[in-house]
Amino acid sequence: MTGSAARTVPGTPPGLKLVKPKPILELRNVGISYMVRAGELKVVPNVSLTLHEGEALGLVGESGCGKSTLAYAIMRYLGGSGRLSGGQILFEGRDMGKMSDAELRSIRGSRMAMVYQDPMSSLNPTISIGRQLMEVPIVHSGATEAEARARALTMLAEVKLPDPETLFDRYPHQLSGGQQQRVVIAMALMAEPSLLVMDEPTTGLDVTVEAAVLDLVATLRRKHNTAIVFISHNLGTVVRICDRIGVMYAGELVEEGPITEVFRDPSHPYTRGLLNAIPSLNADKRNSPLTAIPGQVPPILARPKGCVFAPRCIYVEPGRCTARPIETQFYGETGLHRVKCVRTRELPRHARPTAANANQAPQAEETGRPMLQIGGLEKAYHQSAGMFGGGGYEVHAVDGIDLEAGRGTTLAIVGESGCGKSTFAKVLTGIEQSTGGTVQLGGTEIGKTPVEARDAGTKRAIQMVFQNPDSTLNPSHSIGYVLSRAIRKLRGISARAARDETEALLKTVNLPTEFANRKPRQLSGGQKQRVAIARALAGEPELILADEPVSALDVSVQAAIINLLVDIQQKRGSTMLFISHDLSVVRYLADHVAVMYLGKVMEFGKVRDVFAPPYHPYTEALMSAVPIADPDVKRERIILEGAIPSPTERPKGCPFATRCHRKIGPICDEQVPPEQRTEGGHRIACHIPLEELKAVERFAF
Amino acid sequence: MLAFLGKRFLSLIFTMLAVSALVFAAFEFTPGQVARKVLGPFATQDQVDQLTERMGLNRPVYERYWEWLTNTASGNLGTSTLYKTEVNNIIWDRLGNTLILAAVAFAIIVVASIFFGIAAGMREGSKLDRAISVASIVTTSVPEFASGVFLASIFVIWLGVLPGTSPLESSGQWSIAAQLVLPVSVMVLYDLGYVVRMVRASMVEVMTKPYIRTAILKGLSFRQVILKHALRNAMIAPFTVILLQINYLITGVVVVEAVFAYPGFGRMLLEAALAQDIATVEAASLFAVFVTVTTQIVGDLGYMYLNPRIRFA
Amino acid sequence: MTATIARPARPNFARRTWMRVRLLKESPIGMVGAFLVAFWVLVAVFAPWIAPHDPNESNMDALIDPTPTAVNWLGTDNQGRDILSRIVWGSRTVLAVAPLAVLIAYTLGCLLGLIAGYYRGWIDQVINRISDIILSFPAIILYIIVIMRLGPSAMNVIMAVVFIATPQIVRIVRGMTLELREQDYVSAAKMRGETAFYIMLTEILPNARGPLIVDACLRMGYTTITIGVLGFLGLGLPPPDPDWGGMVKDTYAMMTIYPHMSLFPAIAISSLVVGFSLLADGIREISLRD
Repeated sequence: MTGSAARTVPGTPPGLKLVKPKPILELRNVGISYMVRAGELKVVPNVSLTLHEGEALGLVGESGCGKSTLAYAIMRYLGGSGRLSGGQILFEGRDMGKMSDAELRSIRGSRMAMVYQDPMSSLNPTISIGRQLMEVPIVHSGATEAEARARALTMLAEVKLPDPETLFDRYPHQLSGGQQQRVVIAMALMAEPSLLVMDEPTTGLDVTVEAAVLDLVATLRRKHNTAIVFISHNLGTVVRICDRIGVMYAGELVEEGPITEVFRDPSHPYTRGLLNAIPSLNADKRNSPLTAIPGQVPPILARPKGCVFAPRCIYVEPGRCTARPIETQFYGETGLHRVKCVRTRELPRHARPTAANANQAPQAEETGRPMLQIGGLEKAYHQSAGMFGGGGYEVHAVDGIDLEAGRGTTLAIVGESGCGKSTFAKVLTGIEQSTGGTVQLGGTEIGKTPVEARDAGTKRAIQMVFQNPDSTLNPSHSIGYVLSRAIRKLRGISARAARDETEALLKTVNLPTEFANRKPRQLSGGQKQRVAIARALAGEPELILADEPVSALDVSVQAAIINLLVDIQQKRGSTMLFISHDLSVVRYLADHVAVMYLGKVMEFGKVRDVFAPPYHPYTEALMSAVPIADPDVKRERIILEGAIPSPTERPKGCPFATRCHRKIGPICDEQVPPEQRTEGGHRIACHIPLEELKAVERFAF
Repeated sequence: MLAFLGKRFLSLIFTMLAVSALVFAAFEFTPGQVARKVLGPFATQDQVDQLTERMGLNRPVYERYWEWLTNTASGNLGTSTLYKTEVNNIIWDRLGNTLILAAVAFAIIVVASIFFGIAAGMREGSKLDRAISVASIVTTSVPEFASGVFLASIFVIWLGVLPGTSPLESSGQWSIAAQLVLPVSVMVLYDLGYVVRMVRASMVEVMTKPYIRTAILKGLSFRQVILKHALRNAMIAPFTVILLQINYLITGVVVVEAVFAYPGFGRMLLEAALAQDIATVEAASLFAVFVTVTTQIVGDLGYMYLNPRIRFA
Repeated sequence: MTATIARPARPNFARRTWMRVRLLKESPIGMVGAFLVAFWVLVAVFAPWIAPHDPNESNMDALIDPTPTAVNWLGTDNQGRDILSRIVWGSRTVLAVAPLAVLIAYTLGCLLGLIAGYYRGWIDQVINRISDIILSFPAIILYIIVIMRLGPSAMNVIMAVVFIATPQIVRIVRGMTLELREQDYVSAAKMRGETAFYIMLTEILPNARGPLIVDACLRMGYTTITIGVLGFLGLGLPPPDPDWGGMVKDTYAMMTIYPHMSLFPAIAISSLVVGFSLLADGIREISLRD
């Protein structure tokens, strides 16, 4: 079986010469270091790659793997302490290391351009959009004001921004995140560069907005024949844009090749680990746990001598893998696929789980009264209009939602930013109070009771896991203090007993007991989230609220945390409310799903019902927008127009009417849609009859 | 934006009223004390009571406050017990003198602080940055009266190139301009360092912003990046700080005018205070607070102009 | 890139403080500051042993020639008193009044700032408005009013300083509290039923300590200046006890003849304030590195 697909290609791969003649970018044994107080940090020791005209290369890997460093090195922008410590970067055949400042300036922004992760902060807040665009032709081709203006307007239209003339005089803060990123893309393409470096360009955007931006990039790239280096931590977005993919780990390019080849036959254990960590198609918490990569990315100064991945690799062979640095070797039929692993040809071929080998386990049927019952819940904030305006207006963050969650089940709330899912969680926790409707926990009404006024039993019954690992733990307190304090407060037991309980809790979340003495800054993101879960468990709660608990984590760590949550919930039988924007995670671990948009529930039902037609048009758009890390999955893409309206300008009828691709007419704008129910408890709020909604293809997930 | 301005304006009126009440309360709340202060410690209680009666000081507080407020608002500032004349007769000349001193110092502080602050902050950690930063820390740490002593030792006693006092009389050996050099230098030295550090801090922060990186990777030269992209953003935060220095200058002039015997508003205030001359101190205090509060409004306006986020909120 | 190093059990307070002091070695500027401050603290503590003469004793012989001699190393002042001894004893005044004033202002400022930032609402409005009004006074006016009303004394100087510094500290603490109260660990504390008092003091305040330590150090410097200025203006401590500002005031008229009388106390106060400022900068620099 070993290496059946691999054909040894010694030396230069023969296929390389045939593909595309003109290299735009060549990295030859590039090394990048940062000088810090501790000495020289070799962030990227040695990377080689070639990018041809019009080609798009995706660079993926977890945080701290050096992908962004590499991107900025390509622009030769490493800040004061960074430098090119070895090798050459050739751009259009010229050695960038030898360029003078003036030469660099002449190619930056004209021949090579960059798109950044956070568009809001990448645009100058005090200069109008138009002026910022005009700078490019004025600096690079000495264009006149009028020419530059005309060019800027053309580009604004080309990135499909509505009404370029008006937008021209706007300032960045007046645009939505998606629009800002379009402006940044327009700015990058102003001078028709041959190379575009994109550093996590859609991270932080909502999934429907992300889909539209990716779509735009794919179109413009073909039109202008621009080569792209696309940095992302999300394998799915890379699949949408790129022809080739490079996987980076601990500063090294461990695998690189054509995208279909790498995905069909991932040959580095790290690549496999990344793919396995994503909830795969039709996998379910009942039939297969997610596969996390054990351990974490080593700090730069502690990188292993041999294979950098060896300490986390399940296929590691001590000695052979760990003795000396690993050479890159070619692999596969085309000879374009290369891997940094000595055991590539001995590994079993990677099997991608498919729909066929997944069998749907029966859903847990809830019994008795639901644990959590929500009826017509509303949360409005009063916005005062200032001293002279008087009155003011109401902003409805949550606008009448009905939900229930059975004991021991997981209810997932899905939606994009501003849909009210976090406000909903705050009402449950008692940090905010509802302004209407009911929230019943095990029969007790809690919606209008602030947390200070809740009795000990209720406080103990609801605990929460927060999104941001950096703000979830008080940096001044040790882990042991955090946990024992929570145990003592919630269970009212002695300090001595709490200490034993602290150890037990740490074990529950798979952390060594010595962690009790550590401060949060000594922990990684995943470890902090484990502590946060342990803290939530301290009072043995009946309801665990998890607000995007894994969205800030790397994919390999994410899988471990999800497994932990599933495991704990099944062992303890507690109810979980899981708030997320990630549909594949939701499909993996939820029993029921509610899809929210602008404070309303658009669709609610059992997970298998929500993930199958009939879909609410918004659910349909969301599902089509999710980037799937599989080049073989082809799906119809629904690109939504415009941005999510702000809660202050909520449409009168259906909240989704302004962006809906299936809008049937004025009725959508004017009348609140009826809630259509099926016998299985599946509810869809839409004017379109269920039969019609059913007539769409099922999305693979 | 209009609402914002209106709000600020209301708050100005409120602050001024509160401050005037405070000042009034501080000096005139206990009526006997005013008369006692006027008559001195050797007057009999009878005399004190009589004067209290005659000055109408035994009327209710709010009535006297209202009278004082309307008088002050209509320009009647009362009579100075120290200078034995209407406060109006002295305060304006003194203010004029101080205005010269403060205006020259302020102009130098603004220009120099922006220049040094930007120069230091555009490359954090450079030699220039460190030199400017340390120099700023040291100069702001020397009290005005001490730097007055140091400068006078060097330029008056040792070199003999400048006068040690500044009576602003052109008849003597020194020109008015020469008399201004040391007072202005002392004020600038003390205050400049603080503002430089504010401008520098803001500039350093702006230089780490992603939009500066965008500008560099757009192919702009360092000069263009600084002038077109960094400068304006870097001035937003220190703008208010710079205007607040007018507040400081009022304190500064009191000390500096005392050091150099400068016939200004600050020395008048101090002399009046030491002589328990209530009417003069009240008038001077109100004026000083009026200046600071007005500055705040100007500061808000400028802030809005510089920051489109507020302009187009 | 924080390395996860196993640490021994929590070191005691003295040890941790010493570890922090040693950190200052990383900042040469901070070291200079620490040295200057330490110098004056030692001088103040050991004043009775260091001062060669009684600071208030007039030496009639010295009035004829007050310049520095082998007996009066820094010379004598306009009343024939030994300047070195007055400077040494004067450091006691400054280093008693300034820390006390800063400490009181910090206690009040932290408390009010925490309350305003944590509860928000009307109480915040009230605290904020009052702070605004105090801050809209030029500091000197307030000092003049306080001293005019209450007369010059160490207690009144402290009161005046506290009155002016407190609203500034309230602003800083309030701003940080507004930010820190939104942290998830504060929500977690609320959800396990902690009291507001516990949350403010245990969850919020410790995380504001970095900037507050730097500010406190700077404020010690400013307070020293204020004490000096008040002394110089004749609004400070009543004579005859030595205070640096007052020493300059008493002798400044003789500046052209005997510059040393004013120069030495001016150097003394400047070096102490420079010390505080440099120390603050060093602490800030080091705290930014982690």
